[in-house]
Amino acid sequence: METAEKTLDEILTLAAAHFKVPREKLSPDEDFFKALGIDSLQTLDLLTKLENHFRVELPDYELQGVTDFRTLAARIQARL
Amino acid sequence: MGEKQFQGQALSWQVQSGVIELALHRDPCNELGTLSLGELERFAAALDELEKDAHALIVYSELKPGFCAGADLRELYQQSQTMEKSEALRGVRDFLERIHRVLNRIDAAPLTTIAAVHGVTFGGGFELALVCDLIIADKMARFCFPELRLGLIPGFGGIPRLKRDVGNAVIRDLLLTGRSFNAAKAQQIGLASQVVSEGEALRAARATAEQIGKFDRQTAAAAKQFIKPVPLEELRKEIDVFCELFSRPAVQAGLKKFVQSTDAQPYLP
Repeated sequence: METAEKTLDEILTLAAAHFKVPREKLSPDEDFFKALGIDSLQTLDLLTKLENHFRVELPDYELQGVTDFRTLAARIQARL
Repeated sequence: MGEKQFQGQALSWQVQSGVIELALHRDPCNELGTLSLGELERFAAALDELEKDAHALIVYSELKPGFCAGADLRELYQQSQTMEKSEALRGVRDFLERIHRVLNRIDAAPLTTIAAVHGVTFGGGFELALVCDLIIADKMARFCFPELRLGLIPGFGGIPRLKRDVGNAVIRDLLLTGRSFNAAKAQQIGLASQVVSEGEALRAARATAEQIGKFDRQTAAAAKQFIKPVPLEELRKEIDVFCELFSRPAVQAGLKKFVQSTDAQPYLP
């Protein structure tokens, strides 16, 4: 079982690598749209990356209104 | 007279070693509007000749964001704004009749057809993939029927073709929630025949087409005709339901909201 902190850390590492942003520039409570500079289509890319990595299915309506990495991690953690 | 190759603004095709490759390349993500439909009709007309020398058809996108984001909603909204309500409705029905003719033609083609998909495969794009006999999905592919948020149902044959391939409970889930799902899920529910690494869908489709070329064409065509009937009656019904829904004011409001949206996640229902 992954811990919430580990899940969050993996999300930050994965997002940094996929969108080529230095990992140290991303923080858990940051707005990921701004931090990663991503649009709606790239958000779907991120969702797919995360689903593939954690082997979970996360309905996209659960992401509506979610803008920070910590809440995103909590949504994923709830399905692990 | 069939064109052996064609380079259009929205799509192009060529034939190589018995395989027709239909490439989509209209920015931003192959939205299906008047231009694409015209070129798809040209492709359907060319198929009579093309399929004489071919055993397979591969449909794929050359654009990075994905296979196809579906109907061109901006064009649909703009056209509906410049017309009387009854005229707009006639225009929509005409568009649907035309695209159904093209998709039905591809669906029933005596070739083995393969959709090689990646990224966004939404709405009409998903419906285009469902026309094909096999779906080979890049693991970053994402599928969705988001039409209900506009007050509509899929209009390019999505529900009847989905019914042909998967169980009713799956269709209800996808349609009534409007949620998107990934390639692994597509394979799990029986839609995607193969899931491959990022950027590998077209290569895998070509390898599959080559394998298909080893078999007798007539046998393959007979097997396809037997196993994959085109659900014509339901497809007709779908056009009627779509047009009935389209005439309601809620649809215009939904289209307007989508077209004018500045939401960072407009693709999420």
